[in-house]
Amino acid sequence: MSVEPPGVQTFTPQAFHRQAHDALGNPQIRANFRSAMDGLMGKRREAFADWELEALRELGASVRLRALAQLPDLLERLEANCQANGIRVHWAEDGEAACRLIRELCEARGAKAVIKGKSMVTEEMHLNAHLETAGIEALESDLGEYLVQLNDQTPSHIIMPAIHLNTDEIADVMHDKTGIPRTRDVDAMTAAARAQLRERFMAADVGITGVNFAVAETGTLCLVENEGNGRMTTTVPPVHIAVTGIEKVVEQLRDVAPLYALLTRSATGQHATTYLNMISGPRQAGEQDGPEEVHLVLVDNGRSAIYQDDELLDTLRCIRCGACMNHCPVYTRVGGHSYGTTYPGPIGSILMPHLMGLEATKDLPTASSLCGACGEVCPVKIPIPALLTRLRREAVGEGRGNVPGAGSKRTRTEAAAWKAWQWLATHPGAWRGAAGVAGKLGPLTPSKLGPWSDHRVAPKPARHSLHALIKRHRSATDEEGQS
Amino acid sequence: MTPIKCYPPKPPRVYLFGTCLVDLFFPEAGLDAMRLLEREGIAVDFPEDQTCCGQPAYTSGYQDEARAVAAAQLDLFPEPWPIVVPSGSCGGMLRHHYPKLFAGTPLEAKANELAGRVFELTEFLVHVCHLELEDRGAPETVAMHTSCSARREMGLAETGPALLAQLGRVTLVEQARAAECCGFGGTFAVRHPEVSAAMVEDKSRAIEAAGAERFVTSDCGCLMNIAGRLAHRDSEVEGEHIASYLWRRVGQ
Repeated sequence: MSVEPPGVQTFTPQAFHRQAHDALGNPQIRANFRSAMDGLMGKRREAFADWELEALRELGASVRLRALAQLPDLLERLEANCQANGIRVHWAEDGEAACRLIRELCEARGAKAVIKGKSMVTEEMHLNAHLETAGIEALESDLGEYLVQLNDQTPSHIIMPAIHLNTDEIADVMHDKTGIPRTRDVDAMTAAARAQLRERFMAADVGITGVNFAVAETGTLCLVENEGNGRMTTTVPPVHIAVTGIEKVVEQLRDVAPLYALLTRSATGQHATTYLNMISGPRQAGEQDGPEEVHLVLVDNGRSAIYQDDELLDTLRCIRCGACMNHCPVYTRVGGHSYGTTYPGPIGSILMPHLMGLEATKDLPTASSLCGACGEVCPVKIPIPALLTRLRREAVGEGRGNVPGAGSKRTRTEAAAWKAWQWLATHPGAWRGAAGVAGKLGPLTPSKLGPWSDHRVAPKPARHSLHALIKRHRSATDEEGQS
Repeated sequence: MTPIKCYPPKPPRVYLFGTCLVDLFFPEAGLDAMRLLEREGIAVDFPEDQTCCGQPAYTSGYQDEARAVAAAQLDLFPEPWPIVVPSGSCGGMLRHHYPKLFAGTPLEAKANELAGRVFELTEFLVHVCHLELEDRGAPETVAMHTSCSARREMGLAETGPALLAQLGRVTLVEQARAAECCGFGGTFAVRHPEVSAAMVEDKSRAIEAAGAERFVTSDCGCLMNIAGRLAHRDSEVEGEHIASYLWRRVGQ
């Protein structure tokens, strides 16, 4: 039996129900997420107040669709143009291959210390743990990621990794893990983290970041950030390794403007971030700063399989803004960790089944009331509710069968229940008969109705169904007409 | 983007699709919807063989079963009359999901034709009937809960409140986070009961906090959920389907 160090919690999608139960029972988590999500929703609303939001979303969606429509070509153009800029391009079929590749790049430089900018794709492949086994220490430099790493946790939100922690909890982490005097002063804590990170930037052998948009036309890697840690990570260490999923490519430089406008407003309600890094190669002769080597690692990890399906393909439009989770009533209540996956919330529930299989993630596509809030705010108009429904079909074996683990949620009992329902609903006479019987039994029907009635009064079938009432109404009005 | 819908002039006849929840649990709401339409001089045809739109199976992934049930409904509305549905959720299923459910099947054209003449009740009352209401009820403070399907799928956030606003003695209040889901979600409430319970608790508290004596909604799923929660903790706030509420205050 392995003993986990204190503070380390392991979350898995298989345990969604238990994890959600725990989160729902934790007033601190509930309050942290509710207030954070309320704040983010409000900021987004304000940020878009002066925009033709629908037109901009339409534009964003079309940019992403155009890129995906020519994805293989664009990736080749990206590779060629990056290479022309002196960026070395690598391809990784899955997370393991990507980890190995990045480790070898580090080892080739004799690297022992890596500094990281925020990158969800490296979370997806558990890069830090992999590097650690090779004796390479990877330190997160995004403030939220840094806190989460100090606290032996994983991000609970794709944009704000430490959103599950409030100021008091962050004060505890900073005091316990970095030894600074306990303070609730946010500026003081930020300054302390900044001082600690500054030394590590200077000492790092390699900087690793994600990519927000990779421009095929120019071979430019765009990195959107607020803290300057991205700028430091990509300019101070002698080597920069950029890691991205293959879907992040866009065709032209001018495609970046609408996507950037949508990303910052949707994510944090900002009109612009403090930094937008556009990386177009290593340090040139005569330049004063910048890395000696720049690498781009293009990671597939299940994406090209998603690409094969003309409906599921829409999943790949995502620009990782997190608006779907900010507006999700389920995410707001259970928090990011309950999902047990790298990407939580609505986007996670349509993406993770492809990465982990439906057997492991079968409770995620159903963890939505299909209220449509996610689809309504998605800046690139991903039809998230329709994709959740599609994955529910796949899970019970009534889809196209091309998602890993398809059919694994189908049980004989449930399938038989739906067949019985189908029979009743296609035999109107029997339906009316059943409604009549239910109405007569109304007062006798159970007032305990499983978990429903733990929190609500159980509904009672009406004494007379609508069918019966209308019949009576008809004969009454007919009589009136005759008299 | 919800396409702009061109509404027809008031027709002499319509179909009523009652929905299974109304049929079994809230039949008065269906009857009151019929009375409201008849009051406008519209003859209402209620095809007796209607059962359920198929949505519960559809959103649970049981597409084949949903299609079989939906196909049985397709035959019941042969005349080109509008089909009025006292639910945004079932209305959304008929209008937006039937075309997808039957795409590529021999019933595709029929499903598309039917979808094009489906109207949610409040939508029909406002945009087609141009209903005018004279309030005969007692003064009351009311909150409207618009279902997520009515609000987002059908684009009908305004029609329910517009009807209530015509009631002179009703003070309409808006609860905090009015656009947030109540947590029903069909089988969601069964598959994820605890999350659903947390959502309906917040919704019911918000309605109370807004000072409402009553809430009305045009969807019986939300009604069953929110009113069921309020009753469970003996709240004085009651819920009612908007058709019944309107009929009670202006009809008879």
